[in-house]
Order: sequence, then C-alpha cells, then structure tokens
Amino acid sequence: MLIKQVSVFIENKPGRLLAITKVLTDNGINIVSISLSDTSEYGLLRLIVSDPEGARLVLMENGFSAMLTDVLAVRLPNGIGKLQEMLQVITEKEQSIEYMYILATGGGNDSMILKSSDPVHAAKALKEGGFELYSPEEAYHIA
Amino acid sequence: MIWSEVETWSREQIEEVQLERLKNIVKYVYEKCAPYRKKMDETGIKPEDVQTLDDIRKLPFTTKQDMRDNYPFDLFCVPKKDLLRIHASSGTTGKPTVVGYTQKDLDTWAECVARLAVAGGATAEDTSQICFGYGMFTGALGLHKGLEKIGSAIIPSSSGNTKKQLLYMHDFESTLLVATPSYALRIAEVAQEIGLDPKKDLKIKTAVLGSELMTEGMRQEMRNAWGDDLRVTQNYGLSEVMGPGVSGECLELNGMHINEDHFLVEIIDPKTGEVLPPGEKGEVVITTLTKEAIPLIRYRTRDISALHYEPCKCGRTTARMDNISGRTDDMMKIRGVNVFPGQIEEVLLNTDICGPHYEIVLTRKNHTDAIEINVEVAPDKMTDSYQELKNSEQEIKEKLRTVLGLAAKVNLVSPNSIQRFEGKAKRIIDKRGEEQ
Repeated sequence: MLIKQVSVFIENKPGRLLAITKVLTDNGINIVSISLSDTSEYGLLRLIVSDPEGARLVLMENGFSAMLTDVLAVRLPNGIGKLQEMLQVITEKEQSIEYMYILATGGGNDSMILKSSDPVHAAKALKEGGFELYSPEEAYHIA
Repeated sequence: MIWSEVETWSREQIEEVQLERLKNIVKYVYEKCAPYRKKMDETGIKPEDVQTLDDIRKLPFTTKQDMRDNYPFDLFCVPKKDLLRIHASSGTTGKPTVVGYTQKDLDTWAECVARLAVAGGATAEDTSQICFGYGMFTGALGLHKGLEKIGSAIIPSSSGNTKKQLLYMHDFESTLLVATPSYALRIAEVAQEIGLDPKKDLKIKTAVLGSELMTEGMRQEMRNAWGDDLRVTQNYGLSEVMGPGVSGECLELNGMHINEDHFLVEIIDPKTGEVLPPGEKGEVVITTLTKEAIPLIRYRTRDISALHYEPCKCGRTTARMDNISGRTDDMMKIRGVNVFPGQIEEVLLNTDICGPHYEIVLTRKNHTDAIEINVEVAPDKMTDSYQELKNSEQEIKEKLRTVLGLAAKVNLVSPNSIQRFEGKAKRIIDKRGEEQ
C-alpha cells in the first residue's frame, strides 16, 4: 500500500517550477498532488504523479535531481476530528511523521499524503486503526 | 611495465648525466641567445661558473614575462629553418607564448610522453581516444605522438561535440581516454544522459589525464563514473618547457615521476626565490636539459608542488613531484588568507551530497572579501529530507572553516546549472573589482 512520491531538488529562482512542470507535460505525466513550501534558497518539490518512475527518469534526463520516496495516501473523510483520529493511531504506535500534505480528490473524501519514519509500520497501524489506504494505482490516477 | 631503462638509473648516474647536460645547455644558450647572454652578464655569471648541479642556483630565473618580452622568436636558439613545429599558449592576458621544436625536440617529446603513458598503464594494444583540443595547444599532439610511439592506435577526436565523442568511443571500442579530468567526468555525464553506462557499454580501462590538476576526490569521482577498476593517472607539463611529458604518475599513485634526464626540477619559495629541501612545498622551477629550439633556464612555472627522491615501488628511481596543489597565481588571497581552489574541492567531494561541479565566487562588500561557493547537488546523491540538505550544507561550511580558516557561504544548486568546460575548467569568478 506504499505509494511512490517524486521528490525534486528545486532552486528558488524564477522559472524553475515552470521548467519542471513543462518536462512532465511534454512527457504526458499528470500531477495528482503537489507540495512546496517557501524556503530561502532551495526547496524540495514533492509530487504524486500518474507515472512516478517515468517522471523521475525524464526529470533526471533534463538535468534535475529527482528521487522516489515511499509515502502513504490515507483516505480521510471530511469531518471534524478525522485528522486527529489518524494522528492518534500513528502516535500510539510511536511512529513519527516527517511531513504531510493533502491529496485532493475534489469530492467529499480527501486524502492525506503522509511520510513517516517507517512507512510499512505506519501503514499497518493505520489499517488496524480502521483507516483506508489508497493503492498506488488509485493514488496515481485520482480524477 | 617501464618504457626506458633511464627510469631505473641510480641517483649517481642521473646526476652525472644532468650535470653534463646542464653545463652544455648553459653554454649553448649563452652562445646562441642574446637575451640569456645579457641576463647572465648582468648577474655576472659565465657558463664556466656552473661546475656542480647546485651551481644552477647562481643562474637567474626565466619567467613568462621574458617570453612575452622576446615575442615571438627572440628566445629561440636555432634559425627558423631548423624548426619542425610551432605551438603557442592561448595567452589570455597579453600576447601568446610561443615555443618551437626541432626534429630532436619532437623525438624527445614523444619519448617523454611514451614513458608516462606506459607508467599510467598504456600498452600497444590500446585504442587511445584523445579528447584534448588539437591546434596550438600542446596537450593533444603531445599525447598523440607519445601514444603512437608505443604502438597504440590513436583516435584524434579532439574536444567538443561530446555525443560524437561517445559514438567513436562506443563503436571503435576505445580503451584509453586522454582528457582533462573535468572533461572526462563530463563525458561520463553525457553518456548517462544518452543512455550509455560508461562501466558496461564502454571499454575505457585507462585514463591518462592532464592539463589541469586532479584532486584525489576527483580521481574517486572518475572511478565512480567509469568503474572501480579504471586506471586513472595524471601527468604534468607545460607548453613553455615542452608540453605534457615533464612528469607523470605510475600506477602506484605515489607522485609524478620526472623525466630527469631531460628536465632538472627545483622547488623554490615563490617569495624569496630560495631553493627548498625535498618534501617542502613551493613553486616548481624547470630547466630543460636537452631542448634545442627554445631551452629554458630555471623557468618559473607558478605551479605548486614538492619533490621526493625515495625510489618508488614501481621500480622507477626517478624523482617524483607531488600532484600540483595549485598555482601561485590561482592562489586567492581572501581576507589575507591564502586559499587554493584544490582545498575547496577536496572538502566538497568528501561530503554526502555534492557532485564534482562547483564554482567559487569572490565579492567585496564594504572593503571586506566574501567567498561564496556554488555546488551542484549530485543527481545520484539526492535526498527527500530538508534536514539532510541543511546538515550537508552545514557540514561543508564547517569543514571549509577548518581547512581554510574562513567562513564561506555555500549554495546548493541544481545539477547542470554550473557552466561546463571542455578544456581547463574556470572555477573562480572574482568580482572583487566591482565592489558593491
């Protein structure tokens, strides 16, 4: 149930993000979800895409540093306390979360992309705690 | 394998030949070359005053300025009709420096290069691809003639058009690569980009590198890119004294063996001109012992090295010089501290995240020098963690502070964002003249 996130090193310079999205567009790769924070000199662009390995290869060929990282996509119903419930499960199993961002579906069920220190254990804990995880195929092709 | 028995002479034999040749060459330039005669007369030295090897210290130095002042042919000792070849250095500042070769000079040159190529693992079986720029630059034709002499097939592909280089390298099954260290790494990078794995898809087993200094970190990068069993050596020379062929590493990687029967090498303190004892670092000074067209007496190379006389495990007894650690004129004086680019490169290549591509930017604000280093994140050393990126940046800064005694700003930048060079890399951008 682990899904592959593409992480790209990106300098904080005009046009760098555009250059990356152009490579993906030119190669017919769809971006399902994106995370990028404001940092001073450089950042890490994190993407869920329709074809992670393909995206990594075309980005490397075009001179970007890119790698794949195992993350989880947790189905999270839209409602009060749902995120808290999820964190409760993770915390009880003594897992630490490195970062999270939203995998948008446009519908009532949003999902959380979650990078934990031990993705396999976190996946098991979440399933035992009653949370549903997206399969790679589902996550890469959310409409 | 050792190419010439000269390389295994005893110290007495070497010194005997050196002394005889030194006396001859001093007499020769005094008789044939007016500028040398004038300089020696001004210092009050006659050729007869040179009776021991140490007497060389009585002779005045020759500098690049002497070559410029006598442009183009006034330092030559033979009439132009006796020349077979003329080379010139690029001359980024002022006029180019011109050198010429008689038939005997060309033969000596090929012999000297043959020795260092064999010391670096070259054999008659090799197909050697020469990726140095041909033309006025001495590197390409120097290696060309030396490798030809040992019986290797030569592919004179020159520099540039890296994809075409790779086509030759792959289809003609080149086994030996001649290039600058930075271009050799660039070729491996382009190979990856076009889907060739240098370790599996190419047959390069030996790299004979030169014309810019290679640090140990860079040598390791070469092995990472081309395979752990790659034989990587570097050699040394400069167009003024001949071109490549002054010295070269053997496979023991124990310094560069000097062709002492043709070159007498001294190490001096660049400030005082005083000769330094073996093992001490200073400026390399070279006297050509056998050149006919344009011999040089005590030529100041501005390269920094040290000499060692203990025999090497490879069986050669010739003196060795340390790999060049910098140039007296590459030396950057930053806030009063002497800094060599090689020191910075060692630090960068020994960290977890950096590739071999970097540039050093010097600026001056409020009359204070600032040093900034841009270094590419190596594509295969990428991380998904901000913490790791920050840690690497911090580690580089701390190591630089230890090595240089200076605080430097470090910028991690994307792969391929720093300009690539096909010849010598220009890594220092000095903007201190444009004070902000």
